[in-house]
Amino acid sequence: MSAEAPARRADAGTILEVEGLSKRFGGLVALSEVHFSIRRGEIYGLIGPNGAGKTTLFNVLTGIYRQDAGSIRFEGALLAHPTPDRIAALGIARTFQNIRLFANLSALENVMIGRHVRTHAGVVGAILRTRRTRAEEAAIERRARELLAYVGIEKRGNELARHLSYGDQRRLEIARSLATDPRLLALDEPAAGMNATEKLELRKLLGAIRADGTTLLIIEHDVRLVMGLCDRVLVLDYGRNIAEGEPRAIQRDPRVIEAYLGKAPERGAGA
Amino acid sequence: MGFPHDMLSGLRRDPRAKWVGVVLVAASLLALPFVLAMAGTAWVRITNLAVLYALLSLGLNIVVGFAGLLDLGYIAFYAVGAYTYALLASPHFDIHLPWWAILPIGAAVACTFGVLLGTPTLKLRGDYLAIVTLGFGEIIRIFLNNLSEPFNLTNGPKGIWSIDPIHVMGIDFGSTTRFAGLAFSGTIKYYYFLLVMLVVVIVVNLRLQDSRIGRAWEAIREDELAARSMGINTRNMKLLAFAMGASFGGIAGGMFSAIQGFISPESFILTESVMVLAMVVLGGMGNVWGVILGAVLLTFVPEVLRYTVAPVQKWLFGRSLIDAEVIRMLLFGLAMVVMMLVRPAGLLPSAVRKRELAVPHDER
Repeated sequence: MSAEAPARRADAGTILEVEGLSKRFGGLVALSEVHFSIRRGEIYGLIGPNGAGKTTLFNVLTGIYRQDAGSIRFEGALLAHPTPDRIAALGIARTFQNIRLFANLSALENVMIGRHVRTHAGVVGAILRTRRTRAEEAAIERRARELLAYVGIEKRGNELARHLSYGDQRRLEIARSLATDPRLLALDEPAAGMNATEKLELRKLLGAIRADGTTLLIIEHDVRLVMGLCDRVLVLDYGRNIAEGEPRAIQRDPRVIEAYLGKAPERGAGA
Repeated sequence: MGFPHDMLSGLRRDPRAKWVGVVLVAASLLALPFVLAMAGTAWVRITNLAVLYALLSLGLNIVVGFAGLLDLGYIAFYAVGAYTYALLASPHFDIHLPWWAILPIGAAVACTFGVLLGTPTLKLRGDYLAIVTLGFGEIIRIFLNNLSEPFNLTNGPKGIWSIDPIHVMGIDFGSTTRFAGLAFSGTIKYYYFLLVMLVVVIVVNLRLQDSRIGRAWEAIREDELAARSMGINTRNMKLLAFAMGASFGGIAGGMFSAIQGFISPESFILTESVMVLAMVVLGGMGNVWGVILGAVLLTFVPEVLRYTVAPVQKWLFGRSLIDAEVIRMLLFGLAMVVMMLVRPAGLLPSAVRKRELAVPHDER
């Protein structure tokens, strides 16, 4: 994995470009003219109060919802009416806010399923067990074990996903996403429910993923994690961009403070 | 269930014991029809029916057990296979193709019907899909019943008869052959033929389950949205399950035609779909051995009851109080209810299915 990292990181430029993205649910405007772009190799944070539209944005990006207006370009190509499986095949993988593992399958099987989109064996191969199919199966399992080790749960491979601890489930979900060989990995609140130690380990893991050449888009509530990890941050409120930039600058932005804490009644009484 | 299971896995670890087991099972399966023939040829015929149902159930198992799609009209594919065979090997059109040509054609035709049904309907979930498939099953039956005019395709309710029996290397499956001092009746020959097919279908089922395709089906059953987000084209995968299940149904239907020599739409009623589904569910959805057990039990139990209900009543009360047919279905229904209460995941549940049933939904 790390062998190909330098080449990818050297490839500067934009990996994802979102323009004028809007999404309505009946009368509720969930996203309104959202625009941002993510550079290859960065960790891009997406924050905002509850109900700001972060998860909706994720769902539009990954093809679960279709936008009402606006465009998404991934690696320069327009994503026109994509389906979730197409998105994964193109190289965007995601995790879910409320973990969605294949709960009754083993951790290893979960990751092996992630390899589906990068492997080819069909019915005939499966039935005849051709040499090629067997080789592919072995490669799938090898890669899955590598990924379990990569996220640090190699010893949990044979356990059922639902028997893993909360933190390990989050890690497993990341391993499963990585199995699809994404170039952009979108994580929806990866640190939710984690304790301080787990958060620290998560931070290391995300740093390693980035160092190995995968661009990251992260929704996160833990401000310290976001500030310590992200290169740039986009703040959404009521489905609109309210600020974008480096974490330090964002932290001092009055609109951000207002979104999170409400408007200051008088000077200095805010944050 | 711990003890025999441990013993089994212990045996599995010893390769010699495994081979001894395989040889023993094979020998008893080979000797079975001659033993049964002593009790009456009817029992051999019932055994053939059981194997035929096992073939059908294994086909449906791909759809219901592996991919988790509830199909209540599965018998339609059986019907399509049966009629394909009948039309291509009977005096009806005076076409007489050999079985090795017709069975694949039957599979292909059934597969086509599977895709035709699946393409528009597989967006539906659970109950809705079940209702559409149920309707499809009925539509096929009604078509078979009525396609005698203006062009006589199916001969309507009268059905098609004098269907050619299978010939393998000059051996006619329609008559008795003497070999090595043993009389191989047509029924016994069909038994061996079906047995070979069953082995093939078992291997196909097991290999599919333990493959990239099988895992994708498992993923869809567990969490469809997550499966899609991992790049699995759920629509194609479901369609594949549907098509494969339909193909197996078509092959089983062809065998049915050849064995019976006569078919009519009456053989493909809704009850048959329900019966095959009951075999899959009772035996253990997703578990190949469970499904076979379900098929064998649900074929044999009603037959055994047919022969025992009346004598037992005579012995108990001196005369037959309730009609054998009524009490047979009553006992049968009771057995099903008890089963579902005691072993809701089936007699031999698949490991994953058992877990799925064990977890309350809100915990998932």
